[in-house]
Amino acid sequence: MNFTAVWAIYYSEMVRFFRTIAQSFISPVISTSLYFVVFGAAIGSRIDQVEGVSYGAFIVPGLIMLSVMTQALSNASFGIYFPKFIGTVYELLSAPISFFEIVLGFVGAAATKALFIGVVILVTASLFVDVPVTHPWAMVLFLVLTCVSFSLFGFIIGVWAGNFEQLQLIPLLVVTPLVFLGGSFYSISMLPPIWQKITLFNPVVYLISGFRWSFFGTADVPVGLSLLAIFGFTSLCMVIIWWIFKTGWRIRA
Amino acid sequence: MIVDIKDLRKTYKGGFEALKGVTLGIKEGEILALLGPNGAGKTTLISTICGITNPSSGSVTVGGHDVVKDYRPARSMIGLVPQEINLEPFNKVIDVVSYSRGLFGKKANPAKIEEILKQLSLWDKKDARVMELSGGMKRRVLIAKALSHEPRVLFLDEPTAGVDVELRKDMWDVVAELKEQGVTIILTTHYIEEAEAIADRVGVINGGELLLVEEKAALMQRLGQKTLQVDLQTPVETVPESLASYDLEVAEDGHALRYHYDTSGESTGITRLLGDISAAGLQLKDLQTDQSSLEDIFVGLVKEGAA
Repeated sequence: MNFTAVWAIYYSEMVRFFRTIAQSFISPVISTSLYFVVFGAAIGSRIDQVEGVSYGAFIVPGLIMLSVMTQALSNASFGIYFPKFIGTVYELLSAPISFFEIVLGFVGAAATKALFIGVVILVTASLFVDVPVTHPWAMVLFLVLTCVSFSLFGFIIGVWAGNFEQLQLIPLLVVTPLVFLGGSFYSISMLPPIWQKITLFNPVVYLISGFRWSFFGTADVPVGLSLLAIFGFTSLCMVIIWWIFKTGWRIRA
Repeated sequence: MIVDIKDLRKTYKGGFEALKGVTLGIKEGEILALLGPNGAGKTTLISTICGITNPSSGSVTVGGHDVVKDYRPARSMIGLVPQEINLEPFNKVIDVVSYSRGLFGKKANPAKIEEILKQLSLWDKKDARVMELSGGMKRRVLIAKALSHEPRVLFLDEPTAGVDVELRKDMWDVVAELKEQGVTIILTTHYIEEAEAIADRVGVINGGELLLVEEKAALMQRLGQKTLQVDLQTPVETVPESLASYDLEVAEDGHALRYHYDTSGESTGITRLLGDISAAGLQLKDLQTDQSSLEDIFVGLVKEGAA
């Protein structure tokens, strides 16, 4: 195991993050505040409570998940796409490191950034509303696993993408709708019966539901199922990455 | 042999055969120049040794380690300076160079990095962002990156393509210095002068095949061949008796005589030949000389290969 190399990649990725720390910090704070103004104050004041939780608090786990997923995705996909785009990938390929170590460096950094932003949002949100955390360990587990799995997913997108449009394609066309329709801002029990069934095909529902359970102790789907979903998704991404590197797909001619 | 290439073949997905069975041994401490036109397979050869592309068949060992099966020790010994200027534009020079050292698993060593940056006249630019540098400076940064992890074998892919004369000379000095430190250097180029200036041995590659590998001196002699064509007022059918010793060739239907000579020889024999031609009563109309270029040598080699 070439830990020095993993650290070199991780550190270099984090340097990029800290170079733009103001943006990295301010943008989630602002967007969270906006969501609170719109959903919490303007609309939320007309919604009483959802499953015994004030609407303002209810949307916090969803908001965190929304940002964490999109941040992990964009950071990880950009992280590996950028060296491909500017050509510095040659160095990764010619260095005495395994693919596992490359993934560890890039995904580790992307997950760290996403985690950081998740925490920033949680702190910002708690300035607006009282957010109880019923199961703190489960909360951390869900948060970390989501950061890791979506960073892995982002890494796959970054390897696959042939241009900047493709880099944006999946996050924009697939992930954002799934997250918005995954119960970020509502409980699926609020949907018409038919949609309650259909929405169960959305994998994000399980993640948000499990994460929300760790806060309020109530969930749309059983927590076990949520855990299974997040582990399943993480494993699936790992298998795909293992295959990518075994075949050199889109990386090594 | 520090680098041992055996029957290396690379066929790309579209069916293009970039390497058609290259076998080459590179001695420790030598400078080998790979000459060849664009698309000859130079970069593919280097990429395959360095791990950027996978070989279709054949094998490469570096320091006795197979570059595929035993890639860690093999790649640890290799430094690569790519042809394209591929650098992270927003990072500082010193960070970019230190990053490479880390990537190759070497413990941080600021003193070593300083030494390398000074050697390449980059020290006063260490805190500049890569994008602020000139093209020549960027190329130096690429070299610094490759040297940062103290490789035993250094690959320079067209190090002086698009580089001004002064920087080219600087680059050659750096290469000479590295050779003194015992680093084995393989460089690709399509400039004969470059091979002439710094290489110990020269390999000629074309169409994915290594056409020859020779000591530089021997190859340069071949490149030194020139032809003098003497155009005549009145055509001749055969070479006059008195000129038989010159090994002349009748050309242009007897309107010209051709003489092959070597510019690297002590005397070319031209003065004497021209004297003897007029003594033989032949009237000169015009003179032209023609030097065999690298291209001629390629053509010659390719023909030899085909025959």
